[in-house]
Amino acid sequence: MTAIASPAAQPNPLSRGIRMTVIAVVAVVAYMLILWVLLFGLGGRTVANAFPEALQQTVNALSIGAIYALIALGYTMVYGIIELINFAHGDIFMLGAFLATVFIAGITGNNDAVTNIPLLIVLLLGALVFTMPIIGLLNVGIERAVYRPLRHAPRLAPLITAVGVSFILQNVALTIAGSGDRKSPQIFPLDWTIPIGGAQVSILSIFIFVLAMLLMLALQAFVSRTRLGRAMRATAQDQEASALMGVDANQTISLTFLIGGVLAAAAGLVWGLRFGFVRFDLGFNSGLKAFTAAVLGGIGNITGAVIGGFIIGFIENGAASLGYSRWSEFLVFVILTLVLLFKPTGILGQLTGDRA
Amino acid sequence: MTAMTSARPTTGPSSPRARLQAFAHLHRSATIIASMVLITVAMILLPQVPPLSFIQRSDAWYDTFANAGVFILLAMGLNVVVGLAGLLDLGYAAFFAIGSYTYAYSNSPFSHQNLPFLPMLAVGAAVAAVFGIALGAPTLRLRGDYLAIMTLGFGEIVPIMFLNLDKWTEGTNGIGGIFRPEPLPLLGEFTPLSPFAYYILSVMIVTLAMILLYRMQDSRIGRAWNAIREDELAAAANGINTVTTKLLAFAIGATTAGFAGVFNASKLTIVSPEQFLFAVSFSVLAMVILGGMGNIWGVAAGAFVVYLIQIVLLKQLNGIVENLNVPFLTKVNFLDYQYLLFGIALVLMMLFRPEGLFPSQRRRRELHIADELEGPIDEPGVIGSMGETPGADETFNEAAGEDVPGHDR
Repeated sequence: MTAIASPAAQPNPLSRGIRMTVIAVVAVVAYMLILWVLLFGLGGRTVANAFPEALQQTVNALSIGAIYALIALGYTMVYGIIELINFAHGDIFMLGAFLATVFIAGITGNNDAVTNIPLLIVLLLGALVFTMPIIGLLNVGIERAVYRPLRHAPRLAPLITAVGVSFILQNVALTIAGSGDRKSPQIFPLDWTIPIGGAQVSILSIFIFVLAMLLMLALQAFVSRTRLGRAMRATAQDQEASALMGVDANQTISLTFLIGGVLAAAAGLVWGLRFGFVRFDLGFNSGLKAFTAAVLGGIGNITGAVIGGFIIGFIENGAASLGYSRWSEFLVFVILTLVLLFKPTGILGQLTGDRA
Repeated sequence: MTAMTSARPTTGPSSPRARLQAFAHLHRSATIIASMVLITVAMILLPQVPPLSFIQRSDAWYDTFANAGVFILLAMGLNVVVGLAGLLDLGYAAFFAIGSYTYAYSNSPFSHQNLPFLPMLAVGAAVAAVFGIALGAPTLRLRGDYLAIMTLGFGEIVPIMFLNLDKWTEGTNGIGGIFRPEPLPLLGEFTPLSPFAYYILSVMIVTLAMILLYRMQDSRIGRAWNAIREDELAAAANGINTVTTKLLAFAIGATTAGFAGVFNASKLTIVSPEQFLFAVSFSVLAMVILGGMGNIWGVAAGAFVVYLIQIVLLKQLNGIVENLNVPFLTKVNFLDYQYLLFGIALVLMMLFRPEGLFPSQRRRRELHIADELEGPIDEPGVIGSMGETPGADETFNEAAGEDVPGHDR
């Protein structure tokens, strides 16, 4: 079978990739410069002090953005295929963070950083291999058990069900782990840094960014090059027509939930490494931000979700570095409102925007 | 309304039940008042006798009932949004918070104000309505899902705003020492020790809200809500302005929450951000779903039952288990599991009885569209995206066509 190009795909994917990379690099550098100026102007730093801080914060923003992007992918893919806001997705991420914490703490038995590089790699890979399938299958199971029977029900029913599932997952975690922060072992040494121009750039942040990018590129390749990926795109575009062409819609939808869960689990693992704690209500806030990211990028669009995730990460990080971290939720909400007001299709979206 | 009542000749006059229903339908407001009076009297008497008198003192029961009235109001208001207009509002507690804080600003040592209660009831509701319109106007032009996420975000940031703007809201501590309502004729004084006046006031507010909401549901607006919920495109094609109609539903929901907020603040005498977290929005949603979306009495009953489960039953269960001395269960605090139970109940209801425990007929038919389609759901041949199954609309319209329009129960 010859490859079918989706109508949205550019004729030359390589040049498109290069163009987007250039735009991304320019955006990151621009963010760093703006932050430099703001730190100097509002934060009361000297010009020389502000630069290293801006550089460090930019790398941190990339890692936060990568986490939001990984979560946002799950929202956007599920929305793209069955038009459901899966409110439980944030809590899937939270369970991923818990599971990774349990795995790592169970093996290392303490909260110390692991400085032995091969051992660290084995541990991190082990945590990924352990959490990803479990969380992915949990997500598939939820779809199979509660969303699938409601696929033909009026719109409100699956939406309310998703809220219910979200609350169930949250309260399961609350019951098991209690309401406070649970310490998550930060096995990746936080003091590993690269000195650049007076700044100490965190290697953990770079690691999180690279891991997320690898996962996203793998996803992109899967969706655009494989048979199953093509089935996913076809189902998202027109479920009935693709069913007539022999695509098994149920299987494709299950696959979408599996991938969403797997990515959320990876996000959960790196969250624990980065922030050193997990809590039952983690998924609520992060989920809301990730969903905003998905809407910002254009819901249903995979590249859009990644872009949106990074934008939200940058905004949150910018607010935090200027000392306004408690306003970050407010800022994200304002962004959501503005996007819905002026460009409801988001940056790259073309699927939505229909009324009713 | 006249068209509706004249168009119900088919139910035979022979059955007294049908005749009673017809009478109730014709004299809706009188029926509501009469029923509420009966219920109120029953609820004054019941706490005096066992088994209720064993659980707590009758004053404590009146206090519980008065608080339940707040949740009944909230549930009836959310029912307009979710049950009648078919929109999902996940940040309903935000409007409750706005009503509460409005009263706190008008009647507390913090603001050095002491304004009369009854006008403030209207002001609180109006302020909440303004916020509802401000939130709904940009969102309701888009598809319904966006409203859910916008309200979820709004519900999250309103408590955060009250927390962060501590110069104006006292932050986490909240605004305390709120003045109770001034003595009202017939009700007497509002004191912490005699909740009876609060109970009667709460019944009066609930009754008033119920009458207004029923009249609205049976009016042209109510029929427009039904039409939009069932098929927005068809409603728009028939000349309904879907945006303003949905906005009205959203604003009425917010108004009702504002009412509830003012009453709640005047009764608790303190407002603080943690009273208005997502759990409140979720509880109210669970009340509406359990009670039966679209059925005002059902939703009110659902709210009452759920509130009693939350406040009385789970506490009692703890006591009972402790007395029984079952080794494993004594450590279990049932209150901790209430939201887990609500979550499970919500999902199970959606799967097996989406019309709720006290359904509205129209809603029941609508929510069982999937069952009416030929073939099992899993069959790969019957595929359509959620809620847009081709053929589903025709099936439903045929079913509805056989019935008298506007004949809800």
